Amino acid sequence: MSNNDDRRKAPAGERVADWADGRLGIYSLAKANMRKIFPDHWSFMLGEICLYSFIIIILTGVYLTLFFHPSMNEVEYHGSYVPLQGQLMSEAFASTLDISFDVRGGLLIRQIHHWAAIIFLAGMFVHMMRVFFTGAFRKPREINWLFGFLLFVLGMFTGFTGYSLPDDLLSGTGVRFTQGAILSVPIVGTYISMFLFGGEFPGGDFVARFYSIHILLLPGIMLGLVVGHLILVFYHKHTQFAGPGRTNKNVVGMPLLPVYMAKAGGFFFLVFGAIAALAGIASVNPIWALGPYRADQVSTGAQPDWYMGFAEGLVRAMPGWEINFWGHTLVLGVFIPLVLFGLFLGVIALYPFIESWITGDKREHHILDRPRNAPTRTAFGVAWVTGYMIMLIGGGNDIVATHFHLSINAVTWFVRIGFFAGPVLAFVITKRICLGLQRRDKDKVLHGRETGTIKRLPHGEYIEVHEPLSQEQLYTLTSHEQYAPAEIGPTVDENGVERKVKRSEKVRAKLSKAYYGEESQIAKPTVEEYKEITSGHGHH
Amino acid sequence: MSSQDIPEENLPAEQDDHGAHGAVTVADEKNPFADPGLPPHEHRMQDIDERAAKRSERTVAFLFTLSMLATVGFIASFVTIPVDESVYIFPLGHISALNFALGMTLGVSLFAIGAAAVHWARTLMSDVEIADERHPIEASPEVKAKVMADFRDGAKESALGRRKLIRTTMFGALALFPLSGVVLLRDLGPLPEDKLRHTLWAKGKLLVNMNTNEPLRPSDVAVGSLTFAKPEGLEEHDHDFQTEIAKAALMIVRIQPENIKDKRELEWSHEGIVAYSKICTHVGCPISLYEQQTHHVLCPCHQSTFDLSDGARVIFGPAGHALPQLRIGVNDEGYLEALGDFEEPVGPAFWERG
Repeated sequence: MSNNDDRRKAPAGERVADWADGRLGIYSLAKANMRKIFPDHWSFMLGEICLYSFIIIILTGVYLTLFFHPSMNEVEYHGSYVPLQGQLMSEAFASTLDISFDVRGGLLIRQIHHWAAIIFLAGMFVHMMRVFFTGAFRKPREINWLFGFLLFVLGMFTGFTGYSLPDDLLSGTGVRFTQGAILSVPIVGTYISMFLFGGEFPGGDFVARFYSIHILLLPGIMLGLVVGHLILVFYHKHTQFAGPGRTNKNVVGMPLLPVYMAKAGGFFFLVFGAIAALAGIASVNPIWALGPYRADQVSTGAQPDWYMGFAEGLVRAMPGWEINFWGHTLVLGVFIPLVLFGLFLGVIALYPFIESWITGDKREHHILDRPRNAPTRTAFGVAWVTGYMIMLIGGGNDIVATHFHLSINAVTWFVRIGFFAGPVLAFVITKRICLGLQRRDKDKVLHGRETGTIKRLPHGEYIEVHEPLSQEQLYTLTSHEQYAPAEIGPTVDENGVERKVKRSEKVRAKLSKAYYGEESQIAKPTVEEYKEITSGHGHH
Repeated sequence: MSSQDIPEENLPAEQDDHGAHGAVTVADEKNPFADPGLPPHEHRMQDIDERAAKRSERTVAFLFTLSMLATVGFIASFVTIPVDESVYIFPLGHISALNFALGMTLGVSLFAIGAAAVHWARTLMSDVEIADERHPIEASPEVKAKVMADFRDGAKESALGRRKLIRTTMFGALALFPLSGVVLLRDLGPLPEDKLRHTLWAKGKLLVNMNTNEPLRPSDVAVGSLTFAKPEGLEEHDHDFQTEIAKAALMIVRIQPENIKDKRELEWSHEGIVAYSKICTHVGCPISLYEQQTHHVLCPCHQSTFDLSDGARVIFGPAGHALPQLRIGVNDEGYLEALGDFEEPVGPAFWERG
């Protein structure tokens, strides 16, 4: 009875919460998460941009489905956009014109949808770089890295199927390109093309099929991955940079309620607001200026959205190799770029597993690396990004050529050579820079900070006064770990019998040396070095 | 330890075993690099000065109010601005007034909410850093042992290992049933057969100018001009127009016969008029840029360049083979006509092309 009395007295909100707890167990959930601690660093918001633009894309996408007709039936246009009146076009194109010119606010939502997609992909790219260069992908977060990688790849294809829907001249050209690339696949290419397009290109089916892929299949998978990604972020707890009081066994920051509820929730509105304003002033994909798709027409300067640009670059830079044999054609000029596209992305997916195999490290890592403290990894990442960017230039070789008054052939040759030379150069330079920064850190720890104060000694010598670092700074600069390179170990066992050294062992020892050998890291200052320098001599 | 594992000594020393709150160690002679623990909290102006806090409160309230006003502005714009009105806004130029107004008001209404929340969090909510303990992700050995034991019990009770007949047939059934789904996909499209080898072109088909929709005479094709043509009988309103034109589109130029370097090209031409497939042999873009001095055509998609005076061979870019040529002549009435279909498939190469 007294129990009932208690319940009557409780405020309404609490009673609702009690009701829900009895059915959903929300109190246990809240206990673990309501005051969950999140560390603060500007780079941690990059992932948030992705999450929020994804939500914005879903919201605006649902709105667009209310007006868009995913049909390739040819109609004569009689809407309010005068220049295209009387033109034959697919219903898909006509309804996109209607959304842009006759539905109030339709253009805004269309442009928010497209801008958000561009930002979503760019956000994921930068977020992945953040995770990569700080080593946040290490155990226990490898699976979450894969989830993120899949989101990036699926995002690319969702974007592609999305901008292909209006059936305009530009996107139709992109679809044709894709079909041509599919045809290059040995043995099954022709079949895949026929099945995907319901016959020969373009046929009358692909808009409806891309539509179902774009609004249901891919986003459905992505939504699942996003939820999984977030659950794992909560479960693993966020990584943090090294600093006083921040260890591998704690997480230091501010609680979800109220600080991150307000900051992260507010950030959603900031992102949405910024994209809405952008969509209000900057036109994106003006399909009315391009006109409806015609298989025998094309515009110059045809470009995919930026995230497909590097694939476009691979295709443009590749020489046109074709091998004919026994009545078959191996279209290497297109198929090699197609394979490279997969490999180039795939290596990023596998990287965490490669690195953990090299280190043999099975421990959990929650403290982020500063990129300089992992020179080989950082150099590899920069090399990858360089290759990506060179291909992006290749994807826009015509734009580069016309804007900078260069020869298209010269740009293409630059890209062809740059694809091989650029990453190597970037690797070497980046590693040098990282090692230089490590040396500087070491110097700072041992000799203190340069103050800029010049002092004249009694005998006339000038010196710059160095100020010793605080213990906080000393700890921050010396707390990172340094691996010793793995060695193959004795090739003769205790009985003097020669043991066979597996090739994988040799490869790993080599890689380990490349990563952690003397040439790849500067030994961090030791306490002994520090004491020797600081004791007695004053600071130089 | 397997030989694949790095010996312990190659791993860096295990990090110091601090408690969640970062054990505070005083800088001592022994280890000047030791973790000094969390630095003490520094107060913000708003923590110690109520007037500063009030100012922050007013800023937050102002931003929320601004958002409300912007939403009202959004609705007002929606109702009052005609959808087709354009307005000049520097430096954007002439743009849709409604789109601009809706975008700006929506942008402000949302951004102001975000700015308010963030400002509130940064200035008025506690900024004392808290440390939370982490727990290993992997289970303790006891938990693992319990799970393994449970699994063994469960597996044993299912008798799956013992009753081989059940196991084998179950795997068979589970492996087979997805085949139904695969089979269902068969009707997504027809088999390729020889569809990619044929176009609408056939002996006697007239070459119809794409722009005027009139059959072409040799006199219509001037030296230096580029003419696009389609086969007679193919009309824009035809339901399969796109699919047919994607293969049949033709590019016609006239070159002085003495300038034609390729012998077969000359044979298949008529008084220097040559007809080539307009569809690029790289990935199928329509080629549209013609340089009359050099007789080069360039595909604007990937810059494959073909020499129309030399059998349309590839002289630059990623295309793998020459553009197919259509053999043409003139019929009794003086119109250009095809003397057959293309002898090789048009468009991008594929496995069965040979």
